[in-house]
Amino acid sequence: MEGKQTIQETEQEIIEEFALFDSWDDKYEYIIDMGKKLPVLAEEFKTDSNRVRGCQSTVWLATDFKDGRIYFKADSDAVIVKGLISMLIRVLSGHTPDEIIHAPLNFMGAIGMTTHLAQTRSNGLLSMVKQMKHYALAYKVKNENINQ
Amino acid sequence: MTETFTIEKSLDIAHIRDQFPILKRTVKGKPLIYFDNAATSQKPKQVIDALVDYYSNYNANIHRGIHSLAEEATAAYEATRDEVQRFIGAASREEIIFTRGTTESINLVAFTWGRQNVKEGDEIIISEMEHHSNIVPWQILCLDKKAVLKVIPVNEKGELKMDAYEKLLGPRTKLVSLVHVSNALGTVNPVRDVIDLAHRHGAHVMIDGAQSSVHLDIDVQAMDCDFFAFSSHKVYGPTGVGVLYGKKQLLTDMSVFQGGGEMIKEVSFAGTSYNDLPYKYEAGTPNIADTIAFGTALEFIKHVGKDRIRDHENQLLEYATQRLKQIPGLRIIGEAKEKISVISFVVEGVHPQDLGILLDNRGIAVRTGHHCAQPLMDSFNIPGTTRASFAMYNTKEEIDELIIGLEKAVKLLS
Repeated sequence: MEGKQTIQETEQEIIEEFALFDSWDDKYEYIIDMGKKLPVLAEEFKTDSNRVRGCQSTVWLATDFKDGRIYFKADSDAVIVKGLISMLIRVLSGHTPDEIIHAPLNFMGAIGMTTHLAQTRSNGLLSMVKQMKHYALAYKVKNENINQ
Repeated sequence: MTETFTIEKSLDIAHIRDQFPILKRTVKGKPLIYFDNAATSQKPKQVIDALVDYYSNYNANIHRGIHSLAEEATAAYEATRDEVQRFIGAASREEIIFTRGTTESINLVAFTWGRQNVKEGDEIIISEMEHHSNIVPWQILCLDKKAVLKVIPVNEKGELKMDAYEKLLGPRTKLVSLVHVSNALGTVNPVRDVIDLAHRHGAHVMIDGAQSSVHLDIDVQAMDCDFFAFSSHKVYGPTGVGVLYGKKQLLTDMSVFQGGGEMIKEVSFAGTSYNDLPYKYEAGTPNIADTIAFGTALEFIKHVGKDRIRDHENQLLEYATQRLKQIPGLRIIGEAKEKISVISFVVEGVHPQDLGILLDNRGIAVRTGHHCAQPLMDSFNIPGTTRASFAMYNTKEEIDELIIGLEKAVKLLS
């Protein structure tokens, strides 16, 4: 995976993309567009164990672990959440467990989307970020055990 | 209460809006449009001032103090009890118990009257349109007592199926606990009929008035309910205080809820005697400031005029219903014949949360989700709705903004 940009670089890229928008309407339009473009998650992955529950929207998160890197795929019944997820996947997918565990994920704040990560029960996004990091931790532990 | 309320004969909305400071703020650069009144209403300046006035001028612990501040605070706190008594038409002030809110009022009855009177095999009836607060306390009680919880179904319009209710009533029915007005649908339930039927079967009735008390004229004696609960924060008062009304004989016979100061007459290690009504159920230092300001809120409603508020809100409901129906793919959930100004809807192919986010982006506050009534949402086979609920300060122009926002959001999302 040489030449793959770092998590920080992708975060910066997203921040710069959002800097082009003057209005909140435009930002949301872009997020909704990303949500609609997120590849459909096959029904077989929409299981209870892949389900990240929010009070209002539901998120499904599935992972692959290949050559020491984690690949995420996800879906949601709400399209704005899906757009936010698509950004998280863009930032985190294809990185090592260590990189994911330590990912700052400052871009959400920088593009003005912190409200979606707030401690409300309104959506599953915060649980989703936690879940992604938990997967990374689990793969890291598993990997270390195998290598011992 | 230094300020007098002067309102024109018909509701002068501009004047009313002037008295709610929060309505002057903007959200995301747009003027706030607050349509989440069924969750909590905004507070008039008089209520906010009452809080500041209490803490600035006569903050003291009540009932036991001999000094002037304690006397003033006690008088103001107890004045709210009188105000509540008038507001719901209770026979005496002893029947008014202050709690933290509707939820605590229902729990108080479940944990005292329920524990004492509900036995194994007895039945409690609720309805499909209950808020979780009027489901869970009874589930806990039923589990504890091996009693049976029965549920009145709701028809496709969001009305109680009264024939099914009649069939549920029986010799083992101990209590019917019913919401007066549905928070998710706006349905006004025929509580008089429900109560009559229950009483004929020897059952008691508790009415959850969290949504009704702000819109409807409440007369607990005419209604003949045994218990009635509501919250200050939904009637333009502060959060953290609510009311349990109970018929005097029931409250007298019931065991105490929490033990502590205020609720006792005499305490020794050999035993304790309890205070008289209503203090018997008010353990510990109460929420003095909020209770005083709650009284101010009730006075405010009285001066504006509940009938005038209701007329205005009904006009808004009618206008919003008619406008919303014109949006393609939009379906109103809850079309009961008797409704108050709550309007819930779903839009084909659009998630309520997405609508909520995009409306917020235009400064419009609505509620989305299951409205703490998951069983009801299940019965309509939907995960949730978008809900707009109106108060005295809302306007038709704000509804127009909602419609514009919805049309744009739906276009963007679908």
